[in-house]
Amino acid sequence: MQSKLKVSRYNPETMGEGQRRWDEFELELHPSATVLDALIQIREEVDGTLALRCACRASICGSCGMRVNGDAKLVCKTRIADISEEGETVVIEPMGNQPVIKDLVVTLDTFFDKVRQVDPYLQPDAEPEQGEFVASNDSMVNLLTAMNCIMCGACVSDCTVLEVDEAFIGPAALAKAWRFVEDPRDDQREERLEELNDVEGGIWDCTRCFKCVEVCPKDVAPMDRIMEMRDMAIEAGNRNTPGYRHTESFNKSVKKHGRLDEARLAVESAGYTNVPRLIDLAEIGVKSVLKGKMPPVVPHKADDSEKITKIFERVESERDS
Amino acid sequence: MKFAFYPGCVARGAGPELFDSAVAVMDRLGIEWVELTGAACTGAGVLQEKDQKLGDILNIRTLAMAEQLGLPVMTICSTCQGVMAQADRRVRRDADYLEDINGYLAEEGLSYSGDTTVKHLLWVLVEDIGVETLKKTFVKELSGVNLAPFYGCYIVRPSDALGFDENPERQTSLETVIEAVGGNVIDFPGKTACCGFPILLINQRNSLRMVANHTGTASELGADAMVTPCPLCHLNLDGYQPKARRQNRRGKADLPIIHLPQMLGLAMGMDAKKLGLGKHLVATKDIVRKVDSIPVAS
Repeated sequence: MQSKLKVSRYNPETMGEGQRRWDEFELELHPSATVLDALIQIREEVDGTLALRCACRASICGSCGMRVNGDAKLVCKTRIADISEEGETVVIEPMGNQPVIKDLVVTLDTFFDKVRQVDPYLQPDAEPEQGEFVASNDSMVNLLTAMNCIMCGACVSDCTVLEVDEAFIGPAALAKAWRFVEDPRDDQREERLEELNDVEGGIWDCTRCFKCVEVCPKDVAPMDRIMEMRDMAIEAGNRNTPGYRHTESFNKSVKKHGRLDEARLAVESAGYTNVPRLIDLAEIGVKSVLKGKMPPVVPHKADDSEKITKIFERVESERDS
Repeated sequence: MKFAFYPGCVARGAGPELFDSAVAVMDRLGIEWVELTGAACTGAGVLQEKDQKLGDILNIRTLAMAEQLGLPVMTICSTCQGVMAQADRRVRRDADYLEDINGYLAEEGLSYSGDTTVKHLLWVLVEDIGVETLKKTFVKELSGVNLAPFYGCYIVRPSDALGFDENPERQTSLETVIEAVGGNVIDFPGKTACCGFPILLINQRNSLRMVANHTGTASELGADAMVTPCPLCHLNLDGYQPKARRQNRRGKADLPIIHLPQMLGLAMGMDAKKLGLGKHLVATKDIVRKVDSIPVAS
């Protein structure tokens, strides 16, 4: 199989930070070749200076995360024939949101600093009674999704929030946090949730864009874990965030009208006492009215919206019981 | 070709120009439709944070209404498309779960059996109508008009809920339609990223950084406008573009954000005012003038 690869190159000894060069390679590869096979062939036969990180070659170690055609992937798990037509160029870059050391290798410091931020270890209040903690099978099966994480950094690479805010704890570390929040042997559940709710870059900063779910090679679905922690944080009594007010207002509106009451959602999310945000919203509101569009003051209702209200009431009463 | 039409809350609320332009374009395309006026909001992923099952009940209820009419659902909102498709995927994978959900719908005489589909207008254009037939409805070729695509997250992810294996053309459908109207596609990496809308009311600084990055990059690449099939992206990229670009020093807020049906309407020779292009917060007059100067094909 004839393949073309375009590879991002960076040498810290000769290039300034943030610079890169593109090198193109044409290779004869086995039809089942992975992107990693191709890169190793380049390093061994064409250009020995190409830097890349890899170890197990079996998508277990999590060392070979890179961006392939724009998306973060484990290159050992990515077959060239699956992602490109014959003759089509495959573009390979280092992962995003983490500083590049050389060519395709990023530093792991960013990733592990964030993991450390969530105290990734069990914190029981007391010694176990029988010499060891006993956990139910179900509780451990529950943790499997997050424990499948191999810390490759693919989700961190493509996170759309980290792209604009370095303070965001990010998908991998938040999935790790969920793993300890959900562990029955841990006694810091409430403290952890409070911290993740309050801290800058915590659970409410996720945009729900599904990037991390899409690129994770191990189906950890970090975003789903973050959404679960939002609900857990609310249930644990954390009601001081715009995120909480936003969810509540949204829920209330659909329950009552069957539809979204956008004007009220904006005001209630800001909070009735948040004067600067309300002025800001009023500015957009006035501009919209001048352009002839503004959510109706009396919100649009679904026909027979009381039927929708009934469904809400039934689900809520089941949840409470 | 007939659909159970689900316009979504924004088209029926803060973005009436989307509803009006979509209806005008659907009529021109010969698409018959009946609006699902009794359907609930999809929950947009927000309700699902709190209670995924509740969200699934509301969305399966909508699909059951369409099934009762014997029609596929059509949306004009990337977010609605994605959220309904995710609910549909969950019940299709788990018969017990579907039975449980149907239990909440029985009182209304509704039941879902999986005998309908949900499709965004964008997909209907490339799959049901087809590019060649679509082109026959155009009277203007928007050649020389530079258009940057902006999909909206939920029409591209999670991919396994969106039928990309069976319908790979969906992944490039927006570029396909921009090319069909004769426009130049301005490709940029942000086209499938997040517009920032979901955190606008939660972390405005980050949300506006996203708006500034996407609109700033597209402008720098020479885009005359950005085209989106997602009204939520439109609300943020249009409504907050002035503030976003000012705060992040990304130039003047000069990139009109055009709804997908508005772009089609322009190529069909429809009046810009009728398409609601005067209702945007970022002025559309430059691109409207550019299109006006293109002669109608004889």
